[in-house]
Amino acid sequence: MTDAPSAKRLERLLEVFETIPHCRELGLRVVDFEPGSGTIRLDYQERLVGNVEFGFVHGGVITTVLDTVAGLAAFSTVEEGTSVATLDLRIDYLKPATPEMPIFGFAECYKTTRHVAFARGYAHHGDSADLIANCAATFMLGSAGYTIGGEKG
Amino acid sequence: MGKNTNEGKRAATIARLGETIPYAAVIGLETARDEAGPLTVLRYRPSNIGNTQIPALHGGVVGALLEHAAIFHLLHAVEDDAFPKIVNISIDYLRPCRCADTFARGTLVKQGRRIANVRAEAWQDDPAKPVAAAHVHLLMP
Repeated sequence: MTDAPSAKRLERLLEVFETIPHCRELGLRVVDFEPGSGTIRLDYQERLVGNVEFGFVHGGVITTVLDTVAGLAAFSTVEEGTSVATLDLRIDYLKPATPEMPIFGFAECYKTTRHVAFARGYAHHGDSADLIANCAATFMLGSAGYTIGGEKG
Repeated sequence: MGKNTNEGKRAATIARLGETIPYAAVIGLETARDEAGPLTVLRYRPSNIGNTQIPALHGGVVGALLEHAAIFHLLHAVEDDAFPKIVNISIDYLRPCRCADTFARGTLVKQGRRIANVRAEAWQDDPAKPVAAAHVHLLMP
């Protein structure tokens, strides 16, 4: 529906990602980004634990990683100036994240229409055959949400 | 009267359980109670912002609030201190979640032998205008 984003566009998206306060708070890092997909890395931190007994990170942390990476993938498929807002996000928790291990969140935006972007993704510790979580997300385009590049909407 | 005292004790126990969770302190989650029952509060803090343009809270933090509310509501309902395990969560984002305190409450839709289905809603100024809602499947401990 739209032309493939330029390298400059991806660079601009990464610049904006770096300024998101909550992503900085958790220390999220984009380790791979191409048109339509990306991977974010989160290193284990005791302060992100939700289950003290076993040291498992809170589900909300996984939700944040996947929402962020799916949003980034969606953004890379739309034209500059189009806003992107999460409409819904569904996450299946397949197993608890292993303490001390980094978490990788991958997402791809596999379909973008005029108003909605559809993404799917998953989280793992480095082996995408052994998943922590799986997700499906949809994004509303061109309403209240983030606008990157172009006039602020 | 006796029932209220027990409920109060139970609420205090659950609030203490909540305080043991490191991540809850990072994003500002509190377990409270009002006349309508258990209430989960997400205190506003600038580090929770996910969109600096609107500005609005990060969708992941709003998801965490709903997950926390669902789990803690279930703890209240089943009178067990062991945490249920989350199986899945489906979050609908209904309105931008602005830079203010956010509240959430859970409703036990169905309590099965193994699985509980909990609905949670989050709002800011007006409970009739939720900013997000979720349904959550939890595996009983």
